[in-house]
Amino acid sequence: MEKQLALQMRGITKRFGPVVANDHVDLDVYEGEILAILGENGCGKTTLMNMISGIYFPDEGKIFVDGHEVVIRSPKDAFQHGIGMIHQHFKLVDLFTAAENIVLGVKEEGRYNLKAINAKVAQIAEKYGFHIDPQKKIYDMSVSEKQTVEIIKVLYRGADILILDEPTAVLTPQEIDKLFQVLRRMKADGKSIIIITHKLNEVLAVSDRVAILRKGEHIATVNTAETNEAQLTEMMVGKKVDLNIDRELPRSPAPRLVVEGLNLDDSEGLHVLRDISFTANGGEILGIAGIAGSGQRELLESIAGLQPLKSGKIIFHNPKKDKPVTFFHKSMKRVKELGAQGAFHDRQGKPVSFDGMATGAVRKWVESGDVLFKEDEIIDLRDKTPLQIRELGVRLSFVPEDRLGMGLVGSMGITDNMMLRSYRKGHAGFLDRKKPRALADEIIHELEVVTPGVNTPVRRLSGGNVQKVLVGREIAFAPKVLMAAYPVRGLDINSSYTIYHLLNKQKENGVAVIFVGEDLDVLLALCDRILVINSGSITGLVDARTVTKEEIGLLMTRTDYARKEDA
Amino acid sequence: MNIWLNFLIDSLAFGATFIYGSTGEILTEKAGHLNLGIPGIMCMGGAGGVMMLNLIGKSSLPPVLIVVLGILSALLMSGLMGLIYSFMTVTLRANQNVTGLALTTFGVGLMKVIMSKMNATVYLVGPKMLYRWPFAYRQDSLQCLGVLFFLAIVVAIAASWVLFRTKVGLHLRAVGENPATADAVGINVNRYKYAATIIGSSIAGLGGFYYIIDYMASQEAYLSLEAFGWLSIALVIFALWRPHMTIIGSTVFGFLFSCSSYITNIDWIHVTMATKPLLKMLPYVVTVLVLIISSIRNKRENQPPSSLGLSYFREDR
Amino acid sequence: MSLHHASEVREPLMHLSKRSAIHPAKAWAIRLAAIVLGLAVCGLVAFLLIEKIQEKPEKIWDFYNAFIKGSFSTSRKFWKFLKNLAILLGIALALTPAFRMRFWNTGAEGQTLMGVLGAIAVDFYWGEALPEPLLLALMLLAALLCGGIWALIPALCKAKWNTNETLFTLMMNYVATFVVSYFLVIWVPNGSSSLPKMKTGKLPSVGGNDYLLIILVVLILTVGLYIYLNYSKHGYEINVVGESVRTAQYVGINVRKVIIRTMLLSGMLCGLTGYLIAAGLDQTVTTNSVGGQGFTAIMVSWLGKFNPLAMIVTSGLIQLLNQGAAQISQDFNVSGALPDVITGIILFFIIGSEFFINYQIHFRGGKHAVQAGGEAVK
Repeated sequence: MEKQLALQMRGITKRFGPVVANDHVDLDVYEGEILAILGENGCGKTTLMNMISGIYFPDEGKIFVDGHEVVIRSPKDAFQHGIGMIHQHFKLVDLFTAAENIVLGVKEEGRYNLKAINAKVAQIAEKYGFHIDPQKKIYDMSVSEKQTVEIIKVLYRGADILILDEPTAVLTPQEIDKLFQVLRRMKADGKSIIIITHKLNEVLAVSDRVAILRKGEHIATVNTAETNEAQLTEMMVGKKVDLNIDRELPRSPAPRLVVEGLNLDDSEGLHVLRDISFTANGGEILGIAGIAGSGQRELLESIAGLQPLKSGKIIFHNPKKDKPVTFFHKSMKRVKELGAQGAFHDRQGKPVSFDGMATGAVRKWVESGDVLFKEDEIIDLRDKTPLQIRELGVRLSFVPEDRLGMGLVGSMGITDNMMLRSYRKGHAGFLDRKKPRALADEIIHELEVVTPGVNTPVRRLSGGNVQKVLVGREIAFAPKVLMAAYPVRGLDINSSYTIYHLLNKQKENGVAVIFVGEDLDVLLALCDRILVINSGSITGLVDARTVTKEEIGLLMTRTDYARKEDA
Repeated sequence: MNIWLNFLIDSLAFGATFIYGSTGEILTEKAGHLNLGIPGIMCMGGAGGVMMLNLIGKSSLPPVLIVVLGILSALLMSGLMGLIYSFMTVTLRANQNVTGLALTTFGVGLMKVIMSKMNATVYLVGPKMLYRWPFAYRQDSLQCLGVLFFLAIVVAIAASWVLFRTKVGLHLRAVGENPATADAVGINVNRYKYAATIIGSSIAGLGGFYYIIDYMASQEAYLSLEAFGWLSIALVIFALWRPHMTIIGSTVFGFLFSCSSYITNIDWIHVTMATKPLLKMLPYVVTVLVLIISSIRNKRENQPPSSLGLSYFREDR
Repeated sequence: MSLHHASEVREPLMHLSKRSAIHPAKAWAIRLAAIVLGLAVCGLVAFLLIEKIQEKPEKIWDFYNAFIKGSFSTSRKFWKFLKNLAILLGIALALTPAFRMRFWNTGAEGQTLMGVLGAIAVDFYWGEALPEPLLLALMLLAALLCGGIWALIPALCKAKWNTNETLFTLMMNYVATFVVSYFLVIWVPNGSSSLPKMKTGKLPSVGGNDYLLIILVVLILTVGLYIYLNYSKHGYEINVVGESVRTAQYVGINVRKVIIRTMLLSGMLCGLTGYLIAAGLDQTVTTNSVGGQGFTAIMVSWLGKFNPLAMIVTSGLIQLLNQGAAQISQDFNVSGALPDVITGIILFFIIGSEFFINYQIHFRGGKHAVQAGGEAVK
């Protein structure tokens, strides 16, 4: 049967500054089919779809709907041509009911009649097999219900071409099955459905054809029936690229951070992290690979003391063996306790217990530097606030994903941002800006930060420079564990290499580096071991020197077994 | 007439000032704008109506025309104030609190300047009786239930109807809750903000006009008007952002405000002079309690509009 | 196939974007231009409202002269100018820590009034019994306490239940007014509600001038607050919390504690200004002791970009306008409310000018950004 063309794209190109997000993409969509668009993060899938739905305007190229060239400047234009997109971040008014959200902005003849609208919504829902209460408020809804509202919103406006951006990212397996049934029904009704995804099993389960995008280019479109996971993965990740990042073997790696059985729920009670266990060793870089939103952010925030855990342990091994005991992070009482437990010995290796000693004598002895730790100090970080973690003497640095919203204060200069971690030092009520200022100068000099001055608000610096400031500060703190989330996102090549170099240097210094990345080539070239997570669960721990890109790609995208326990 | 009935009617009549003020404020708040200029706007509404009556109060125009022209003039003047506010806060994206306070300073001052030049024998004596139709010649408190009182009830109910029963209202609430979403579905956010602020201000202005020309109907009325502007803002919280609730709320406020003078007439309730200020404090205390309780219960429907006080700039996403 | 090419799509006529930075000199030039423009409009309004000017248009120069005359023609007027400036600045300073934290405290009027009440209450009950220095100290303590409590209540609710602080603090102003009138009824048995001036509890005059002490206290407060906000750890925490709550949590700042501590400080500083009014100037309390300055102070603080030193200039400007306009109503025999009108107009222009400092307007066609000066925006 010859199918009708619904949508054609010819030579679509979009640039953001020097970055080419889409490079002369040609794509056809037929009526009554489900087309999957497959690609890694940052391959330009969403940008491409945003151009059909009126969010962006293409720099070059043409779009045809039903054979006629069209110009789409706004979501409204897109709707007029029967195109509707369901975004990853829902655009709904929380306070309104489903029906109210669905009719919002629709120009209709006749009186506004909620009853009629509710009926019409119910009718659409019934036709495609949705389960929805039109009068339920959005704030009472689960994520999947909200998604349903978004889909009906598009259908209500009479869309024939539906674009779904990562629709399954937020759903449970049962909900995914339901969604797929609905999509198949819409397909049977003659609608064209484009689904953006990077989950291979879902592509194979639901789509008729697959278009693969890589680095902004359209690699190929294949019939789903004639392909398999291995072929798709290869097309998606491409050939391995040698990045020329120096990588030395870890020197005597010892456990630094041990995470056991970590479970975390979000505010709505959904599982975000499931039974995560791993060990980060000093002197190595542990990569974390996974599709964006698989729980990487929450994992790092849990360790940093920013998320309340449901269960699990986070143990920090402070490398103190044979190092002198100090009162820096410990009270006299605590030192005496530890002494009684036999945690210390003297330089000759004889145990120290402080038994029957006066406080003054203990103080003198400890301050002489002759009391040494017998073993590494074991510190439980669970349920500690960032401040408590710091006060325990745990040198944990964290470069968060959201640089200006979390890691730095945009309106402050570099000097003041240097103080964020250290401003509490000293007993006086006033700030000491001398050391932060010196640190700021040092970072500007060493990392070649381009800035008009140390007091220029960091918001006004370019992305690469902002990141150098943030990473520089976190490293200056001489961490034992350094966690970095997407530290090179949005950075140019030179800045990226500066960051890789800094991380490698930390590794040389014996720091346990945890690197969350999205570019598989970088992960393979930089890390020693790679932990792959998917939907909040660990799906593999691999040796970065021997693993192939395809293997990681499969671990990242395969959802079936990770979710089995849940079903 | 029964003293209690008298008291109730007086509370109702007094409350009409707040019904206008609060209904107007609710409309602008629903568009996401906290308008602290309402006291100034109410004052200018009053001044606008009075200016017209000062011209035509003694003319031989038909009574209906005099009434309507007065109202139109009040609407126009307060609408202009609303235009200033929305130009500053919507187009120029100025800080809403600061703009509102400046508007109140300006409006109250200008109203006093204008009113000092008006002639009460022209604008008040004759027109007062027209506005108090149909109870103008009664001697009890029923006399204050005039045209503008009934209009207040109609306006409050109509505003609720528009807000909660029409598409326009749905769009307006969407703008106040989540302007980015409203923008994405093709609603002209700025147009709604302008319209809501200007119409809301016009309505509030009628409250000032009613207070001067009907409820107080005295030459000095304008001097005490500002305080009731602030009370109108309080009433918005009390009414939980629902215009029809202002009818009940304003009666309660009116009741609390005027009960001190009524209670002293009842011999079985012993009231000292010191109780009066405490009774007058009650509307505000109750408002604060409503605000606290609704924030504790955290019921979404009873919260201020989500984007209240924030300017919308599309590229800020 | 249609001839309509995608590349021919027109761009909108005008496009706004946020400025990343503007030279301070340029920003001040824009503000100055706004004030000049505002003054021109004030002249127009004066022409419409003042009959003397309508009769003799050349009198318009007297109108502008009066602004200077109002504050500087006699030494008494000058001292009054400084005193009023100091009180207004004092309240604006008190608001600033809260504003820097993005806590929109609209309750300075009530917090200051409670300060006045607290000081006068101590004076009323123990004025005769206590030696003057002890009395003054106790009055100060009471003023700080009352102002602090009045700010603490909304702060606690904000920290605990996220209660809207703008509306809450606004309401507390009126509660304060009636608390004052309650005490006045109790204290003044004759029912006039006007409390005669206290004979005790008066701040000493310094150098033979009644105002000098107040001015000095506020000056010290200005510098002190500037240092506190910019050089102390507390001030630093306030700035971080104001900029991003997430960043504050990331570095381990206890956000609730900072909110409560800062609002307590804000209320206590209001109380301090209330004390200056009570012990330094009025010697009594009325419901109008603060006279709306709590609201004007919000504008002073905002216009001064929450910088205590810049706020000297902005409160001076507003005071200059006030006294100048009062002089005008005296010279031209017009309503005493004229100052408010003139202040309002100038404020509109200054507030509006911030738009041209924060945003840039690009017109279609040109790649260069057009500096919008007087062009219509809408």
